[in-house]
Amino acid sequence: MTRHVIAPVDELPPGTRKFLTIDERPIAIFNIKGEFFGLLNRCPHQGAALCEGPLIGLAQSTDPGEIEYTKLGEIIRCPWHGWEFDIRTGQSYCDPKRFRARAYPVNVEPGSSVVKGPYVAETLAVSVESDYVVVDL
Amino acid sequence: MNVQFRPEPSASVGVKTAIADCDIHPARAANDELYPFMAKRWHEHLVAYGKQAYHGMMEGPPYPKAQPNASRRDAWPPEGGPQGSSLSFMQKQLLDPYNVALGVLNPLNSGQGLRNQDLAGAICSAINDWQIEKWTSKDSRLKGSIVVANEDGVSAAAEIRKRAGDKNFVQVLLLSRNVEPLGQRRYWPIYEAAAEIGLPVGIHAFGFGGNPLTPSGWPSFYIEEMVGHAQCQQTVLASLVLEGVFERYPKLKMVMIEAGFGWAPSLGWRLDKNFERLHSEVPYLKRKPSEYIRDHIWWTTQPMEDPERRDHLFQVIEWIGWDKLLFATDYPHWDFDEPSRVLPAGVSDANREAFYLGNAKKLYGIA
Repeated sequence: MTRHVIAPVDELPPGTRKFLTIDERPIAIFNIKGEFFGLLNRCPHQGAALCEGPLIGLAQSTDPGEIEYTKLGEIIRCPWHGWEFDIRTGQSYCDPKRFRARAYPVNVEPGSSVVKGPYVAETLAVSVESDYVVVDL
Repeated sequence: MNVQFRPEPSASVGVKTAIADCDIHPARAANDELYPFMAKRWHEHLVAYGKQAYHGMMEGPPYPKAQPNASRRDAWPPEGGPQGSSLSFMQKQLLDPYNVALGVLNPLNSGQGLRNQDLAGAICSAINDWQIEKWTSKDSRLKGSIVVANEDGVSAAAEIRKRAGDKNFVQVLLLSRNVEPLGQRRYWPIYEAAAEIGLPVGIHAFGFGGNPLTPSGWPSFYIEEMVGHAQCQQTVLASLVLEGVFERYPKLKMVMIEAGFGWAPSLGWRLDKNFERLHSEVPYLKRKPSEYIRDHIWWTTQPMEDPERRDHLFQVIEWIGWDKLLFATDYPHWDFDEPSRVLPAGVSDANREAFYLGNAKKLYGIA
């Protein structure tokens, strides 16, 4: 597993997402209310750019007439066929047994530790003071 | 579809091989794109009176859609306008990456379904000119569909004959929901003209006939409309067969577009069984209903049938014939089928080639 630097934290404010390609893999990083999430930007169903879809909630029903709407803003809905995935786990909620989007761990690390390491920080070496968003692939 | 989860999908299957896409929906960036192809009188008519549709005093489709314009959310052209309205973006997103050698345009939002038949005819004719001007003359991979004022058979037939021999067009386009089932005599002039100029008639799901979306009233959900296309198309196909359309126009070919094909065998069985008992009611039919279906009907694939067991899919296709399926994506609509993900493993090279390209080239007369 290799650690890659994505961007300074302040370039990814809450409510934004960033698309990039690392080792020929299309990746998307999200900041949702201050938490960072990373996903492979390819839907396991038919290969669409999954992360270009809207972030919605999860509608569930235990009994007819009872509808619960949870995980607000944490479900990514594919821009093609509307398949829904939990951004925390990559879990599909249409057919959990069949599809799971690949989720990558994303962390916030101090800038100084990143630029020192043997990673890809050299392309980002702007502000050592600021924190960077990094992704493990 | 019908496949297991593949973490690193193979890009080799079908992607580089040339394909035909038999259901592409071109859109107008703005409504006045049609004005150059319409008499000034109609510009003013549209401003003053608008369009009166059979399905009510409203614009747009008769049912809300799950995605904006029922389209892929990644299909908005960068220069603006609705999905499907930019040729350069269609080339970049569809025609080039999937190596589309033949793309059949099916304009849905035309003059079809309007009560003012002169206006319907004017808009349809303008859309036919617009297809040449904006699409087929700019990219030779694209071919148009002649749209017609479907409820006015006489003017529709005149529009079809006007386009005779024009290589920009490869079929006549109707929608599945009309004022009456499509086998009725009011539509026969359309079939006569199409057979005469040698083009197939495509019947695409949707339409604006003013009837509820199902034979027993209005449903609650969009998902019921999506499923209901198969039911509507069965009504249409039974009507075409039982009214004797294929007996009257033996050279007529038809394409069922975007309504599935998994139901074809059971409709054929049911028709044949009842025909054995009730043939004296329709004595002009010389053959079993299923024989007309198998000889005269082609089927586009999208949205591809996706049974749990792939041998069920193959059994259905065997009934229909591998020579009758036409691959389609439905671009830019949200239920787009990605070519490399549609056919399960276990198909011969010859059948695969026919499915993706050969059948379409043969049917539409493309060398």
